[in-house]
Amino acid sequence: MVLTDVGAGLTWNLVDDVRQLFQFGFMVNALEAGTVVAVMAAVIGWFMVVRRQSFAGHTIAVVGFPGAAGATLVGVSALYGYFAFCVAAAVLISAVPHSRGKAFSQENAVTGTVQTFLLALGFLFVSLYRGNLNGINSLLFGNFLGITRGQVLTLLLVALGALGVLGVISRPLLFASIDPDVAAARGVPVRGMSLLFLVLLGLAAAEASQITGALLVFALLVMPAATAQRLTPRPLLGGAIAVALGLAVTWIGLAVAYFSPYPIGFWVTTLAFGAYVAAALFTRSTTGTGRAVGVRA
Amino acid sequence: MGSRSDDVLRLTGAAVRVGGRTLWAGVDLSVGVGEFVAVLGPNGVGKSTLVKVVLGLLPVSAGTVTVFDDRPGQHNQRIGYLPQRRSFEPSLRVRGIDIVRLGISGDRFGIPLPITRRARQRRRVEEERISEVIDLVDASALVDRPIGELSGGEQQRILIAQALVRRPSLLLLDEPLDSLDLPNQSAVAALVSTICRQAEVSVVMVAHDVNPILSYLDRVVYIAEGGVAAGTPHEVITSETLSRLYRTPIEVLTTTDGRLVVVGHPEAPAHHADRHRGAGHGPH
Ligand SMILES: Nc1ncnc2c1ncn2[C@@H]1O[C@H](COP(=O)(O)OP(=O)(O)O)[C@@H](O)[C@H]1O
Ligand SMILES: [Mg+2]
Repeated sequence: MVLTDVGAGLTWNLVDDVRQLFQFGFMVNALEAGTVVAVMAAVIGWFMVVRRQSFAGHTIAVVGFPGAAGATLVGVSALYGYFAFCVAAAVLISAVPHSRGKAFSQENAVTGTVQTFLLALGFLFVSLYRGNLNGINSLLFGNFLGITRGQVLTLLLVALGALGVLGVISRPLLFASIDPDVAAARGVPVRGMSLLFLVLLGLAAAEASQITGALLVFALLVMPAATAQRLTPRPLLGGAIAVALGLAVTWIGLAVAYFSPYPIGFWVTTLAFGAYVAAALFTRSTTGTGRAVGVRA
Repeated sequence: MGSRSDDVLRLTGAAVRVGGRTLWAGVDLSVGVGEFVAVLGPNGVGKSTLVKVVLGLLPVSAGTVTVFDDRPGQHNQRIGYLPQRRSFEPSLRVRGIDIVRLGISGDRFGIPLPITRRARQRRRVEEERISEVIDLVDASALVDRPIGELSGGEQQRILIAQALVRRPSLLLLDEPLDSLDLPNQSAVAALVSTICRQAEVSVVMVAHDVNPILSYLDRVVYIAEGGVAAGTPHEVITSETLSRLYRTPIEVLTTTDGRLVVVGHPEAPAHHADRHRGAGHGPH
């Protein structure tokens, strides 16, 4: 489909093929947007993995789908739908009562139920829109066509703001994430950190949805960070590896998607999954399995 | 029991209520500079709650508490705190050294990159202090490994290093010996006592088995359903007082060299007490 749309094909000449990628404005926009999103998702994803909030991240992203579909229905860019619904979901999740600082480990059944309903709602919005049938595919599995300059700029500004805030709170956030009792005794606002982080996570999930679709955000949000954590326990190095992996899978995924009929979310996810499996095999063969510590909860 | 002005911590007639229930009342306690004090008692009587009161996380419902001659919570940067039962999940991929470092800079906002000359200098001083405390708890071989992979005793040593890194004047340790095997219990108890004596750090340690720490203690507080008793170990750890507090017969034996051994402690399982007795070893 993409092939015929742009009237271009794979020449198997690397230089020509790469030049071809930058030939069209929409492709340059997609690469820029992908770059911004990959960096933001990798860094925020690193904290999400340390905080064990992947489930919250997934829920937030799924909630983005009816947001994006609804936005399309009323004639607004899907990006704003993602932002509005993901951030609202983040705020709501932080209000879910949780026991002993283990934010959002309970209420899984409730969340699952609500999440499924919202998926159905998104499907309804898409049906009501009666636009092209591809709509639902790109909202769920990603689409890199039609990203405008304005959207690239929005993605960039939001990412810069979120990463700036994350940088400023990075140490108290890490402290509150792995050692909430001591952090609270030291005066770190643990609950405030939790809310703020969920909002940042909402922004990151919204941005990632724009590239990978709502269902595949983990390709950028979890996989690079989880892979990096398998490779190193050092925070700064781990963050750097996560960013590098996120960029690599996004760029390669975009290039491959350009020349193939399958959605970009599929390619990015497949590449990120491959990196994770490779890292898992590598660390298993070099360090052996980690020793389990038998302590009661 | 004094109200000397150099007391680090003082409770007078203190009582606390949680969930509409009074946990303990009438607690009088003072902890002087460099003193080692144990808070003892069965599970659920409110020992951890006492620690939270000292940190200013919970108010007292009666009486007064002063910490460094001020309201609780005002000087928490001078307190090293080790909460109860912290074991990190095996899959947590954060190094021991980062856990210790959080003790120094974990409450600091701002981009964690030393840009100015002064920031670099401060970073250097802090890194020296970090390796100093890591050496002190003998954990230099452990701190580059992910904390989740370490054993309970190894994690505990790193957490003690974290609590010490800012040179606190008061250490609050909530059941640090729990979940450790006997050799590790004595090792950690001896380490805490050394820190207490050498660096003049006051220590308040919550425990439910007094034997591993008994020989180091300056003062004990027993909290039980039957009331509260505080004083020196020889005043409080008697068969009469403990039997009254626990409402069950408890024997306190004196070894030939004048040390005390508590037997039939309700919190210590029988085989545990037997091990102390059988090996003929009281506190060291
Ligand atoms: N926030 C709270 N609300 C109601 N009850 C509480 C709260 N915190 C602790 N408790 C209760 O107070 C009692 C004492 O708890 P704790 O101080 O942890 O005891 P200990 O440390 O001596 O085992 C327990 O029965 C516990 O259930
Ligand atoms: Mg307790």
